[in-house]
Amino acid sequence: MRFKWLIPAIYIFFLLLPIYWLVNMSLKTNEEILSVFTLWPRDLTFANYKVIFTDASWYSGYINSMIYVSINVVISVTLALPAAYAFSRYSFVGDKHLFFWLLTNRMAPPAVFALPFFQLYSSIGLFDTHIAVAIAHCLFNLPLAVWILEGFMSGIPKEIDETAFVDGYSWPRFFIKIFIPNIASGIGVTAFFCFMFSWVELLLARTLTAVNAKPISAIMTRTVSASGLDWGVLAAAGVLTILPGALVIYFVRNHIAKGFALGRV
Amino acid sequence: MAKVTLKEIAHSYTGYSENSDDYALKKLDLTWRDGGAYALLGPSGCGKTTLLNIISGLLIPTKGQVLFNDQDVTRLPTEQRNIAQIFQFPVIYDTMTVFQNLAFPLKNRGRTKDEIEPRVIELAKMLGLEKDLYTKAQHLTADAKQKISLGRGLIRKSVNAILFDEPLTVIDPQLKWELRSQLKFLHKKFGFTMIYVTHDQTEALTFADEVIVMFEGEIVQIGTPEALFERPEHTFVGYFIGSPGMNIVPCRLEGNQAMIDDHALILDKSYPDISAGAKIEIGIRPEYLRLAPPGGEGLAVNIEKVDDIGRYKIVRVGLNNRKFNVVMTELSGMTGDKASLVFDMNHTNIYVNDHLFAGDRL
Amino acid sequence: MIVKQPNQKAWFMVLPVFLVVAFSAVIPLMTVVNYSVQDTFGNNVFSWVGMDWFKDLIHSERFHAAFLKQLMFSGIILLIEVPLGIAIALAMPKKGWGVPVCLISMALPLLIPWNVVGTIWQIFGRVDIGLLGHTLASLGFHYNYTQDPVAAWITIIIMDVWHWTSLVVLLCYAGLCSIPDAYYQAAKIDGASSPAVFRYIQLPKMQRVLLIAILLRFMDSFMIYTEPFVITGGGPGNSTTFMSIDLVKMAVGQFDLGPAAAMSLVYFLVILLLCWVFYTVMSNVGEESANGGH
Repeated sequence: MRFKWLIPAIYIFFLLLPIYWLVNMSLKTNEEILSVFTLWPRDLTFANYKVIFTDASWYSGYINSMIYVSINVVISVTLALPAAYAFSRYSFVGDKHLFFWLLTNRMAPPAVFALPFFQLYSSIGLFDTHIAVAIAHCLFNLPLAVWILEGFMSGIPKEIDETAFVDGYSWPRFFIKIFIPNIASGIGVTAFFCFMFSWVELLLARTLTAVNAKPISAIMTRTVSASGLDWGVLAAAGVLTILPGALVIYFVRNHIAKGFALGRV
Repeated sequence: MAKVTLKEIAHSYTGYSENSDDYALKKLDLTWRDGGAYALLGPSGCGKTTLLNIISGLLIPTKGQVLFNDQDVTRLPTEQRNIAQIFQFPVIYDTMTVFQNLAFPLKNRGRTKDEIEPRVIELAKMLGLEKDLYTKAQHLTADAKQKISLGRGLIRKSVNAILFDEPLTVIDPQLKWELRSQLKFLHKKFGFTMIYVTHDQTEALTFADEVIVMFEGEIVQIGTPEALFERPEHTFVGYFIGSPGMNIVPCRLEGNQAMIDDHALILDKSYPDISAGAKIEIGIRPEYLRLAPPGGEGLAVNIEKVDDIGRYKIVRVGLNNRKFNVVMTELSGMTGDKASLVFDMNHTNIYVNDHLFAGDRL
Repeated sequence: MIVKQPNQKAWFMVLPVFLVVAFSAVIPLMTVVNYSVQDTFGNNVFSWVGMDWFKDLIHSERFHAAFLKQLMFSGIILLIEVPLGIAIALAMPKKGWGVPVCLISMALPLLIPWNVVGTIWQIFGRVDIGLLGHTLASLGFHYNYTQDPVAAWITIIIMDVWHWTSLVVLLCYAGLCSIPDAYYQAAKIDGASSPAVFRYIQLPKMQRVLLIAILLRFMDSFMIYTEPFVITGGGPGNSTTFMSIDLVKMAVGQFDLGPAAAMSLVYFLVILLLCWVFYTVMSNVGEESANGGH
């Protein structure tokens, strides 16, 4: 058992190897990538990153992705909060069926919904807008948010609610002043997972956008230029899509384990 | 069954150190006789659980030796020490039945089914678990679960000692009493050495032949429940045991007079050998204080508050800024808020730097 | 558990969620149902065909092949990722600097957009510019995922293991961390061996998170689209054309709305059904292993 640490160490090495290769490639020129095989960039260059930061058709992709992801996180968390409260505190007609129905949407293959979504959003004039992608992602993020938050809220003793009502708090004031601070880490975990699933999704985001709201991941599929595939820029774009996730993980690392511990992810 | 000896045990969670502040458990020497019932009493964080883990082998002490019947077991792994431990929260194997839970320690030691079965059934009867033998342990109540953990210890006939780590924490109050008396019965029947950790003085005092009071990693007193009450050797024991705790008030000594601020109290002992600059306090249990009508013998005090708690009253009195609790059954003959406070000299103790100081009887 | 009060007004709290999800789920689903029973020749002319598309689908070789392929893929994925995930979670440090290092680096693949995951592995596996492909080629292996179906499958499976094992690890790790130390201490005192500790303490305590991990991994691997689409585009031939890829090809590529819609519905129902089966079987196994024995 002395060498137990080797198992996670090897696994992490396996995880980081392809990422290292991507970073390595993003710092090379296209000529170097195609001509020689090097483990380190021979002529270190940031030209690939420069292309992305100066070309609007590239960096607007990041902005678009950020916008619809943020809208989605805000919608998911704000709508899910009262709903999760209702599920955790009250029983009402159809509550269990509704909860189950919500969860089945997490099982809906996006491929099934791609075409109908396209038609639906086109017909109401929302095609190629950020809000369309944000709402479409609610399909799987809202049920998830309700589920995670319900788990956290069930862990808060009901006496807190009762005490507050006895003290004369109205429901909205109680909810904002007392309840939300109590489940702050739950909200953090929820926001993290909503961010994650919205950020990584491509199929719906690509189907629902054309130009104005096109996400970075969709832009990456068009790196074929006249001179062939521009591997360096593609790799740099890939590296830049990893960064926001890495930053988010770093900030919420202590809460994530808690969220997982509740078994609600 | 075994005699348990701790030789100069000390433990620091940060490893070996010269600085005694790093030690969660400061040097201690103890011997527990075979078949005795001992309680380790102290507040949270006083080192009692650390001590328990050293005995069970879950921790290896930084210094010192643990002996079972004069055999050094300091470095012996837990499973070879032949001890049992009951934890604060019931630890049971959820997926097993009560029978399987009880049989588990024997099964792990390679006993055959013919050996295991009669033993489990016999023990289950003794614990009152026989009707639940084939139910899943998960579905039982907390007290039944604690009985199962106890049973897993008792199932091995040769167990050296059974350690209890606040085992009644999650038990309903009315069941606590029942479980405690069952434990006493089993102890008498089996005669195992029993070490019981708790921060509840009633539990410790009703349960043990001898109580070890710990404070900040040190043993401050070992004694029978009576001794702890009558002659606390440390101010902490005074505070911690009894309800309310001992009255402990700073004073100065002048011959056989104790000066509490500028009130003189005449003692029946003299205390000649106290080094200068030491912290001197006078301590007396509320039960040994008495209030007399004002103007008589004793110190003139103000009555500030009277709490009637049924069989007796707790009277809080003030000698200027020094407060005393007095336990009395009757407050007869008292009018107004003035009274005079009378000390029972047989039970008035002097503490020097928190330790009891025996004086010379005059 | 909290005792819940009956309160019908709670519906008002749930209503916004209900409306948004209904808007995103029910309307598209109705569209799909609508298409699945009609035929179209473009220009919005539809004719009623009843259950024909479903009949065709049930008897179509292409569907059978895609379905079997999908089942096989999910099966392999679960067989690798679940035991591997448990093993890694068991070996992970419980305290110290190793914990944040493990958590952060393991969570990283989960937060990479799925097409970028595809791109990373597409590059990594290429014989000309990829570390993996180049190394294998120089060691003398004939590895080329664009031409060899076996290599394509292996690449996609390794990629999925790379991408998603961490989810199983993190869930199991959280499950393990929630076991109080007293259990391990009691097991030591009872003389339990480490397989027994795993079987009687760790596995039962992980059961709940494990169920969630298996369900999530099953669902997501059954719905996989983006990554194989980026790496192989479904090829070589049709060897990695999983159900989602086939579906999108049919609906968007060939514009066969009717068959695609029928397939969508069957697909969705299959996922629901299999999840339900998993759920009941796993919950029952948990119960039985507990009730069985003596």
